Amino acid sequence: MSLQVTDLRVHYRTLAGDVKALDGATFSIADKEIMGLAGESGCGKSTLGNSLIRLDGRMKYVSGSVNLDGNDLPIWDSDEMVHYRFMEVSMVPQYAMSAMNPTRKIGKMISELVESRGVSYKEIKPELQRRIDLVGLQRDVMDRYPIELSGGMKQRMVMVISTLMDPSLLITDEITSALDVSTQRAVAETLVGFRDHGFVKSMMVITHDMSILYQIADSILVMYAGKLAEKATTDVIIGKPLHPYTRMLVSSLPEVGVRYTDKKLTGIPGGPPSLLHPPTGCRFRARCPLAFSKCEEEPPFVEVEPGHWAACWKATGSDA
Amino acid sequence: MRRYFGRKLLTYGITFFVAATIDWLIPRFMPGDPVASLVSRTNGISPESAKALYDYYNNLFGLNQPLPVQYLNFWVALLHGNLGLSVYGHGTSVTEMIMAAVPYTLALLIPAILLSWWAGNSFGALAARRKWLDSTVLPMGYILTATPYMWLALVLSFLLAFSWRMFPLSGGYGFNLEPTLTWLFFTDLVAHWVLPFLSLFLVMFGGWAIGMRNMIIYELESDYSRYLEVLGAPQSLVRKYAFRNAMLPQITGLALQLGVIIGGQLVTEIVFSYPGLGHLVFAAIQSADYFLLQGIFLFIIVGVLVANFLVDIVYVIVDPRVRVSMTGGTA
Repeated sequence: MSLQVTDLRVHYRTLAGDVKALDGATFSIADKEIMGLAGESGCGKSTLGNSLIRLDGRMKYVSGSVNLDGNDLPIWDSDEMVHYRFMEVSMVPQYAMSAMNPTRKIGKMISELVESRGVSYKEIKPELQRRIDLVGLQRDVMDRYPIELSGGMKQRMVMVISTLMDPSLLITDEITSALDVSTQRAVAETLVGFRDHGFVKSMMVITHDMSILYQIADSILVMYAGKLAEKATTDVIIGKPLHPYTRMLVSSLPEVGVRYTDKKLTGIPGGPPSLLHPPTGCRFRARCPLAFSKCEEEPPFVEVEPGHWAACWKATGSDA
Repeated sequence: MRRYFGRKLLTYGITFFVAATIDWLIPRFMPGDPVASLVSRTNGISPESAKALYDYYNNLFGLNQPLPVQYLNFWVALLHGNLGLSVYGHGTSVTEMIMAAVPYTLALLIPAILLSWWAGNSFGALAARRKWLDSTVLPMGYILTATPYMWLALVLSFLLAFSWRMFPLSGGYGFNLEPTLTWLFFTDLVAHWVLPFLSLFLVMFGGWAIGMRNMIIYELESDYSRYLEVLGAPQSLVRKYAFRNAMLPQITGLALQLGVIIGGQLVTEIVFSYPGLGHLVFAAIQSADYFLLQGIFLFIIVGVLVANFLVDIVYVIVDPRVRVSMTGGTA
């Protein structure tokens, strides 16, 4: 058991009240597992990812626990959490293109960063160079400024930096969204490579792009409106999803060999609910074609089959 | 890199030409005849001799020639390093008069600019992370930077010199002293220097502090700061980066502010009758002294251009992004 998250709730403080962006998440990621975290914009994916490493000023920890390799992470205490960041939990952020200080040479920045964490740059440099080779960059990027690199190069560089301390958990946040498809594929393969080389033990890949997850993820966790909807192995999520939201999400992917001039690609009608005042019961109720009276109660996130969790009354069979 | 500076130099050359031309034109647009005022100061001479004197001076200063010729003469003399003779100074060379005033002006200007820039930036950076400073002292900065230089100068001279008599009211040194290399003269010089210095320093200090405070807050929220924090870097490193990057716009700001600062310097000197260039400008305007006025302005033009050029060079050194874009790809 690598990561175990139990009933985690993180809200955003706004003048209008608390936005319940993450409202009770319970799941685990095993060693060597690459878990995809999917869902539409604003469903709480990034909130979940960020809360495992750093809560920013607007985020408020409400309840729940996070256990990584047997240690409870003090995610509510930023000063205590510092010890785990970079070393145990690391992140490739959404803004990887602008994540490096524009006025420092990349090598200098890395050296100042690792030294500030009490690691000798001299000792780590050979490994750093080896990994730069591995992701297909020239070693002289260390003597360059970030603006001298292309977007894809910066992305790979940030991936190398984030995983330099061999963290147990790596969170990647929408790192393929700004890239063209062939670069997306390269980035995805690099992530798998990092796992296979043992640079990271397990990984949480946040994206709204199901096709990327289909390529690299071992399992997929689908979120909807701050709640977990379904988690299962990738094949099950793509092939036999139980939650109506997952089904609609998967069916909205284009299929190879189907001509969409004849058959229209379907989307999911409607939009997600406001998380400031979320509706009671199942939050997908308003958009769900299968909704019935029971959905006014909140469905629990339960293991339907071994390794397959879902939060839907229809899936748990209690509609019988 | 060479092309970059070549282009810069060309721009500065054109700017100098245009500015010098305007500088030559402005005094000649002023009402009043400098030679007439000079002749009228010579008391008790007959109209005939006054006429002869008028013609003599007109010839001496070259003012009897058509304007285009005067303009050409101006450039020829300028290229020989000759700024002409001062009407106000009864024929003393303009260069000599400027050189006598420049030490006073520079002794005010350079410490005021550098110290206010340093202190304002340090204070602004501090205020960005101390809430109590941000909410108490920083509003003072807004008031200071909105204050006109000469108004603050008047307030300071009224309070500290006139009412409380802590500092002398005006002048560069006491009227009872001659410039000598003595301790007495030196302390007197410093006492006269404090108030004009303070009125320049305080106004600029407010501006730099506000600018820096806002820049630091912006940099601390930028992506590279967040990434460092995500990777658990200590606040000292994050702030070091933020400070360094926030300094860059402040350097540009310094270049942009130079002209304004010198304008403020001129009026401040007039308020305190400080024997620098500002005081000299005032005297030159009063006696319609074309040559002195255009000489001083020319000196200021060159000063501002040189200072701007220095800032350009500094910027290339401190900001790799400029360096890279100027040299087309590789730093």
